[in-house]
Amino acid sequence: MEAFEYVAPRTLADAYSLLGNGRRVAALAGGTDLIVQLREARRSCDLVLDLKRIPELRVVTIAADGSLQVGAAAPLADVYEIPEVRRRWPALVDAASIIGGTAVQGRASLGGNLCNASPAADSPPALMVMGARLRIGSAAGTRELPVGEFFAGPGQNTLLPGELLLEVIVPPMPAHSAAFYHRFIPRNEMDIAVASAGAWLQVGSDGTIEGARIAIGAVAPTPLMVPAAAQALHGRKAGAEAFALAAQEAASAARPITDMRGSAAQRRHLVGVLARRALERAHQRATEGR
Amino acid sequence: MRRTQVQARLNGADVDFLCEPRQSLLEILRDELGLTGTKEGCSNGNCGACSVMLNGRLVNACCVLAVETDGADILTIEGVADGDQLHPLQQAFLEEAALQCGICTPGFIIAAKALLEREPDATEERIRYWLAGNLCRCTGYDKIVKAVQRAGVQMKGSAS
Ligand SMILES: Cc1cc2nc3c(=O)[nH]c(=O)nc-3n(C[C@@H](O)[C@@H](O)[C@H](O)COP(=O)(O)OP(=O)(O)OC[C@H]3O[C@@H](n4cnc5c(N)ncnc54)[C@H](O)[C@@H]3O)c2cc1C
Ligand code: FES
Ligand code: FES
Repeated sequence: MEAFEYVAPRTLADAYSLLGNGRRVAALAGGTDLIVQLREARRSCDLVLDLKRIPELRVVTIAADGSLQVGAAAPLADVYEIPEVRRRWPALVDAASIIGGTAVQGRASLGGNLCNASPAADSPPALMVMGARLRIGSAAGTRELPVGEFFAGPGQNTLLPGELLLEVIVPPMPAHSAAFYHRFIPRNEMDIAVASAGAWLQVGSDGTIEGARIAIGAVAPTPLMVPAAAQALHGRKAGAEAFALAAQEAASAARPITDMRGSAAQRRHLVGVLARRALERAHQRATEGR
Repeated sequence: MRRTQVQARLNGADVDFLCEPRQSLLEILRDELGLTGTKEGCSNGNCGACSVMLNGRLVNACCVLAVETDGADILTIEGVADGDQLHPLQQAFLEEAALQCGICTPGFIIAAKALLEREPDATEERIRYWLAGNLCRCTGYDKIVKAVQRAGVQMKGSAS
């Protein structure tokens, strides 16, 4: 591995002051992408900026308004082990608990999974359908944006020079609504998605769909929201017919490539099936106990 | 490159070492501290041969920079037995013949210990998922899973 310097600041102000100055700085959270990329010389940098000693980037809290606030560098296991998170945001657990194996989940963060911007990453579609927002900071202040607007292309996010991702904010799920996320891989675990889909559904007491969001992964240069699928669902009765229409929209929104994990045609087919099943499971969750 | 001094707890004792920022915890354990029980398989997070406990969490030592561990508490396979007394997992791996070449074994034992200490009643399915990040290329997984189940029973017996 090429040599680099290492700093672990204790405050955000110190971290910001280390960004820039003409040096190539790489933020480090769990290192499950970064350290491997540096070792394989897919990336190089002058300074590794370890974010894990900055307390606010490590905390996971449920705020007074009921939203879940996940510090960008908190390990996935710190998030999904919280019983309240498992109960209220199961779709986040769907995604976080399949990212690598146990040893990856003890280090890897949501922030790193987002910043690394892999088109096949598991957390983005789940966060997108739950309506999550990102808080981004720099020496000049902070800004927020919906997670779906964070990705620019494979390996590319929309952070500006001098900015760090600070926090992932997941709103409380409204009454009678729920989300679900899953992916297709050729084995049961420890693999990268060939295609993936997340769904969120809100269902009235007569079964009418009052709100829906679908997001798909690994079938385009970035994870994609599929507004046409949501429109196809709105106002219809939740069920096979509506879900099939939405699945068709998801498959046509896909812009997949062929690579060693799968062909474009296979991915397009898969993502339709995954979207339909994600809707079925989100529906089940939303109407449980009715 | 300037070397940095790191102080940590390793298998219950204080250690002090110098490292370059680019050196992984795995390299330092093996090459600097002479603890060669932790193995290198892939060096990219996929095989689990380098599994260690870092501040109570199971991690791959190849994906940790040694400089990150200043002030940390680390457990490696060398810290698992109690003197000459093998840990129930080590004993069970012997009794179930859950190893052949043994390269994957330290990682499996560290990972399985992390599971059984928090979930002594882990089901076979749970064990298999928990250990999904540990690869074995010769023994096959059935014997390994059986050994973990056997150790689980043993550990519960001695805890009550
Ligand atoms: C064996 C293995 C299996 C895996 N399987 C999966 C899988 O199934 N699904 C999946 O989605 N991913 C998978 N991954 C990748 C996954 O572990 C990473 O994407 C992880 O979530 C990244 O988080 P991290 O904390 O380790 O990030 P790091 O590696 O520390 O950082 C990742 C990138 O984000 C940048 N960064 C990190 N934090 C910030 C911040 N706060 N502000 C600005 N930039 C930042 C870094 O500079 C770096 O470019 C796997 C990885 C391994 C090694
Ligand atoms: S050597 Fe670390 S996971 Fe393979
Ligand atoms: S015993 Fe050889 S790899 Fe597992």
